Amino acid sequence: MATVELRFSALPEHVRTARLVAAAVARRAGVDEAVLDEVRLAVGEACSRAVGLHQSGGITAPVKVALIEEEKQFSIEVGDEAPHAVPGGDTPGGVPETDAEEDEMGLAVISGLVDDVEVTTGRNGGLIRMTWPTTPPAVAAL
Amino acid sequence: MDLSLSTRTVGDRTVVEVGGEIDVYTAPKLREQLVELVNDGNFHLVVDMEGVDFLDSTGLGVLVGGLKRVRAHEGSLRLVCNQERILKIFRITGLTKVFPIHTSVEEAVAATD
Repeated sequence: MATVELRFSALPEHVRTARLVAAAVARRAGVDEAVLDEVRLAVGEACSRAVGLHQSGGITAPVKVALIEEEKQFSIEVGDEAPHAVPGGDTPGGVPETDAEEDEMGLAVISGLVDDVEVTTGRNGGLIRMTWPTTPPAVAAL
Repeated sequence: MDLSLSTRTVGDRTVVEVGGEIDVYTAPKLREQLVELVNDGNFHLVVDMEGVDFLDSTGLGVLVGGLKRVRAHEGSLRLVCNQERILKIFRITGLTKVFPIHTSVEEAVAATD
């Protein structure tokens, strides 16, 4: 299981909480201080996008965030339950153009910030997985 | 931290001092403020971002929206920002080409082109 998991109602006011928790866990996992601002921004963008997708799709399910500490790396997965267009399939619901543009902007920021990012989408929802390298804590800091 | 907004007039410019975090939750407040200023006939805006701790794409969207509104009245929207972490977001989204970004309110107020 993930090191820390969060589930929150798809409301904009909770995105800040997700940012703060993600940054705290990332720091503890050994993500470089200089990169924490990027972690905070990227997870905020991913959560804002998920909140927007749930709200526009009338989805009551919570947004899920998994913070995963692994050997030499730290990953964050942000999952939504909005049905996405599957290549070659139908577009369920049909996302209005303006929403789609904001969605693109969020993804543009994420891909500009994070080197290792994977976006997967399917009929049952989407997942953004972002990974950063970690450095083991210095023994002297104990 | 929440968003703080205050406005003042310097010559023919309206300076909007923004503080705190501009994100998906607080950005609507900034949007309202900018819309109100333009509706009241303030078409030359300077947005002072020196007190901003956090800015995301929702905030960028609001600033772009503000720029579109003032441009419709042949106005201007200038930003004041020296913080590297905020400037970086403008750079990766290519918006440094869209917004004039100044290092001080004085410089932004004096700018004419």
